[in-house]
Amino acid sequence: MTDLPIQTEPIPGAMPAFRSMIEAGTLRAVVEKAKAQKARLVALWGSDETTRGGAYALHLALALRSGLLWLTLPLAREHPRYPSIADIYPCANRMQRAAYDLLGIHAQDSPDHRKWVRHRAWPGGVFPLRKEFDIGTSLPASDDRYPFVKVEGEGVHEIPVGPVHAGTIEPGHFRFSIVGEKILRLEERLCYTHKGIEKLFETMTLAEGAKLAGRVSGDSTVAYAWAYAMAVEGASGTEPPSRALGLRAIMLELERIANHLGDLGYLGSDVGLAFGFFQFWRLKEDLLRLQGELFGHRYLMDQVVPGGVARDLPRERAAHLLTQLAPIESEAIALKAIYDDHAGAQDRFTMTGQVLPELAEKMGLAGFAARASGIMHDLRIDFPIPPYQQVGLRLGSHTRGDVGARVLVRFEELFESMRLVQTLAGQLAPGEIRVPLADCNAGKCGVGWVEGWRGEVLIALETADANRIHRAHAHDPSWQNWPVIERAVLGNIVPDFPLINKSFNLSYSGQDL
Amino acid sequence: MYRLLKQIAKTGIVSEPPPHPDETLRQIEQRLGAVILKHFGRALTIRHVDAGSCNGCELEIHTMNGPYYNLERLGIKLVASPRHADMLLVTGPVSRNMELALKRTYDATPDPKLVVAIGDCGCTGGIFGESYASCGRVSNVIPVDVAVPGCPPTPVALMQGILTAISSGLHDGA
Repeated sequence: MTDLPIQTEPIPGAMPAFRSMIEAGTLRAVVEKAKAQKARLVALWGSDETTRGGAYALHLALALRSGLLWLTLPLAREHPRYPSIADIYPCANRMQRAAYDLLGIHAQDSPDHRKWVRHRAWPGGVFPLRKEFDIGTSLPASDDRYPFVKVEGEGVHEIPVGPVHAGTIEPGHFRFSIVGEKILRLEERLCYTHKGIEKLFETMTLAEGAKLAGRVSGDSTVAYAWAYAMAVEGASGTEPPSRALGLRAIMLELERIANHLGDLGYLGSDVGLAFGFFQFWRLKEDLLRLQGELFGHRYLMDQVVPGGVARDLPRERAAHLLTQLAPIESEAIALKAIYDDHAGAQDRFTMTGQVLPELAEKMGLAGFAARASGIMHDLRIDFPIPPYQQVGLRLGSHTRGDVGARVLVRFEELFESMRLVQTLAGQLAPGEIRVPLADCNAGKCGVGWVEGWRGEVLIALETADANRIHRAHAHDPSWQNWPVIERAVLGNIVPDFPLINKSFNLSYSGQDL
Repeated sequence: MYRLLKQIAKTGIVSEPPPHPDETLRQIEQRLGAVILKHFGRALTIRHVDAGSCNGCELEIHTMNGPYYNLERLGIKLVASPRHADMLLVTGPVSRNMELALKRTYDATPDPKLVVAIGDCGCTGGIFGESYASCGRVSNVIPVDVAVPGCPPTPVALMQGILTAISSGLHDGA
């Protein structure tokens, strides 16, 4: 299964995944070996095992060539700790800090022990994801001092931005240290939208969790709902019908198209091309109305459910979908030609917010942003499960890593998703769209791993008795990509920050949970 | 440039007629006088505050500014600072990590001001409810004039909510 010095067991489910229990003494050696084999760190999280005879545990999800490796390291009840891996995978730093804030498990020898998820909602020494902590606990607001790194020197000054921003976006804090117009350093502070999603999962049944999974990050509702369904189906041994898989893929690609349309519009208005905003948002609205008409929800929320999908797309409605998509595609082609020829827009896009392939690889950059920086990972290609097995996928390669490259990749993926929807709609398998969920015992695990429009989303699930959730960890690719924005802006001017930020368009809610 | 102009000409004007106010969305009686409402009705500025949403409601707020709904043609504009705003459009259950920022934003908005809570979460706390991390509905933290349910509410519902907040509530039409 792997070339690593560990014993693994396969995890049942749609994606190739396997699990291994390891000891503290071997953690770093295993992780270093995995890194040497070019494995990516997908997620790091913790769990409380006191209700099933253990203490605490640390979990890592690594993407290997053969599939997803879920490592679990049991930790002691008193002073739970493990050796930090942030020097091997820099993107682990914030995940380790979050695991401490939520569970009190400590990453030894980490250079950064500042809090991450915890702001004012609960005091230090209280850990909300511990089983003994009641979700309804209301604690008095605690002190919220946070030591930002201070840049000093002649002419350096700070611009604090947020959490309430100037645009219609989610809340977060950005601390710029600048000289003149140039950005010397950017430090992000996130988790303002932390609303206890992971704790909430533990109060739910496997069926109930689907609705919550679809609201981890609203713009990726299909990706999360599919990942969650995949995890539940794997854990319970439920086989979704092939027609449902085809419909899920159609919806996932529609979600990709809708998000790229919207962002391409904003990338126009961010460089003073308001024309782009109005044109693309007209097309996006056409698509949203079509989705509302065909699926009953403009953003396809609650359409993917464990066991299948909520509603069918009969032949004549599938034909209607394709007829209506065609003009959106031809208009987007016309708009691409206008963007390509627009000297002002190209001047702002080119060499702005550059992330070179070497940095992208080191930081673990994910999703379409990685594909604009020469990193060609896409779960639809790397592990083509049905229906992607049957349709193939063609993706271009770009290495410039600037806003312009991310614009180009978005256009290409938009058109490729159009082709996928056409192909998938033409070859939908006949039959049922949903099967009942099989009963699930305690102690099962499942993995949901889906290439959402922004990048790979992961749901790692462990079950309790009576079809309930012991632990569900939701991971957004924004965890990997947010720290890269801190690097992408260096040397750029402050007014280009919104443009660079929008070219990635990361999720706050998906990271903050 | 020729292609750009051609595209504009080809598209034409796609904006649709705006909806009417909906009195069922009102939470508390209209507090503002006729004179103020007359001015708000012609030039209203809004500051959006995401107090902890899943970002679903934000998607529809963006849409409201798009060409079909074209909020700005009604003299209604989203602005960059609460200090420039007449109305706060608040989404999400209010996360405890955003509670203070929301209160400060409310205090920074000059009187007279209006608050419209957006979405099932803004109206009731939604699926997230009240917990160690969530204060629940927006009115648990700041006074709310109008609440618009939906997950997320459609752009038409959002516009109805905004228009209701600046109407007198006396069935005098839009």
